[in-house]
Amino acid sequence: MTEATIKELQTTAIKVREHIIKMSTDGGCFIGASLSCADLLVYLYKEFLNVTPTNLKDPNRDYLFLSKGHDVPALYGTFAELGFIEKDRLKNHLKSNDHIYWHPNRNIPGVEFHSGSLGHLPAVAMGVALDCRMRKQTNKIFVITGDGELNEGSVWETILVASAYKLGNLTFIVDRNQFQANVATEELIPLEPLVPKFEAFGCNVQRIDGHDFKALDKAFRALPTNGDKPNVIIADTMRGKGLPSIEARADRWFCNFTHDEITSLIQELHGEGKTEIGSETLTVR
Amino acid sequence: MNYEELIKKMALEDERFVVMTAENRALIRNLPKVLNERFIDTGITEQTMIGAAAGLALRGRIPVVHALATFLTLRAFEFIRTDVGIGNLPVKLSSFVPGFLSDGNGPTHQAIEDVSIMRGIPGMQVFCPADEQDMLYALPKIWTSPSPSYVRINIRKSEYQHDKNFEIGKAEVISKGSDVTILVYGMLFDETLKTKQLLESKGLSVGLINLRSLKPIDEAAVLDAVKNSQLLVTVEDHFLTGGLYSILAELLLKNQLTANVLPLALNERWYKPGLLSEVLSFEGFTGEKISEKIIKELDKKVISKI
Repeated sequence: MTEATIKELQTTAIKVREHIIKMSTDGGCFIGASLSCADLLVYLYKEFLNVTPTNLKDPNRDYLFLSKGHDVPALYGTFAELGFIEKDRLKNHLKSNDHIYWHPNRNIPGVEFHSGSLGHLPAVAMGVALDCRMRKQTNKIFVITGDGELNEGSVWETILVASAYKLGNLTFIVDRNQFQANVATEELIPLEPLVPKFEAFGCNVQRIDGHDFKALDKAFRALPTNGDKPNVIIADTMRGKGLPSIEARADRWFCNFTHDEITSLIQELHGEGKTEIGSETLTVR
Repeated sequence: MNYEELIKKMALEDERFVVMTAENRALIRNLPKVLNERFIDTGITEQTMIGAAAGLALRGRIPVVHALATFLTLRAFEFIRTDVGIGNLPVKLSSFVPGFLSDGNGPTHQAIEDVSIMRGIPGMQVFCPADEQDMLYALPKIWTSPSPSYVRINIRKSEYQHDKNFEIGKAEVISKGSDVTILVYGMLFDETLKTKQLLESKGLSVGLINLRSLKPIDEAAVLDAVKNSQLLVTVEDHFLTGGLYSILAELLLKNQLTANVLPLALNERWYKPGLLSEVLSFEGFTGEKISEKIIKELDKKVISKI
């Protein structure tokens, strides 16, 4: 991966984060989880996946399923930057004239399936992987789960089955941002050590820095083409990445900022100062 | 032709069909070697099976999905509602041993709320065939419809010869009657045939309707019975709440009608487990016991001919 490519990815990721911040007002959104996987989504759609605005009906395209769901501002921000949807459309966030709300909707071009209830899309992605293999396709199927989502038994159930069916075309990506809704994962239901857990379930596991484009590229390029084990990529990330005033904090889960705070947060994203957040941000969602 | 042979025939003719099971193979043991990769057994994982079925349907497949009725509808309910229902995908649910058919298993296995919860899912169609023949007439139309569906699998044999022209949303009207009309679905149909004979032998005019399609329901056939019979009887191996009695009540209200209705169902309780014949007798669902209840009700509520 060239330095120029890395620069480009970084530039796009900053723009995606701006979109995310802008969606964190007038109703708000799950900003922490969106910022943690922004780099991952930008890398995948811009650099790795065979998914473009023009091949969304091609059965041979790669598939990416966003199982954690509430990070959808990162997905839509990425789609806006890469031409899947008009940038202006993001202004429809939470408006009833569109389908842009706190979880993915299939009416948005690029969204493979709706999510919101955790622990579902690993199984849905596995169904797609089974079919692609039946049809002897060489495309790849990815599903992004949260780390808190790993509490759900259905995730592990699916990994057992995917392993039994030797689905090497299927990759589970864990956005390991260390937090579930209200608390750190390790304080509630400890997940570590994660690598041996997935290995014991029969997976080919890599663990990388999910904000390092070079590391992401190395990991995704290392996925075997004819593997007989499902793959797991654990992307170590930071909740709220890019905004020091909200990074790695349990109370920055669902945020509904004031317009002034949004302006300040965008400046902060560009390295200009730190935002004093006064609004109440922990909301029941 | 039996259930397995029907799937085999349809799957070999149409490669969209895939057969899935959460390790319930009783009726489909010979399919793995015929369908190869299109036979997918996910093990005892109802949720994962339904999620994967949704994924397969996204790719244009028609998954016919098998599990015991309680585990399919209850363990995997949210996956059915959220992945299949919201997605409006043609996943075809085949439930084994629903209602009284789980006979000796006990309440863990008694799917007697399945009609209620499945019909609550927008777009989900619900079918309860009377017996094997009724089911085999129905399945080709159900499985080739673009809707998700739930079918109470019923492989019991019956002497009765059903109308082979099954239509989604159409009931099978066995007879019309002015004194009483019995509305029934599923395996209790055979018992109500006996009831009909017993009542007719006492000089009553008896209607009998096999509601092979519960959702959509045949509104016209039911309303016709409401208008022309003095008493309606709903017979179901289901909780009183949410099943046929509720469907009838909704229909009456919607049409601003009222009727004398005797509901025969399980009211706020599970049934006593045992061999099917024991269950039917103990719970009062044999043809004879149903007819006794109807006569009692006619005596109480309606000017009886007896």
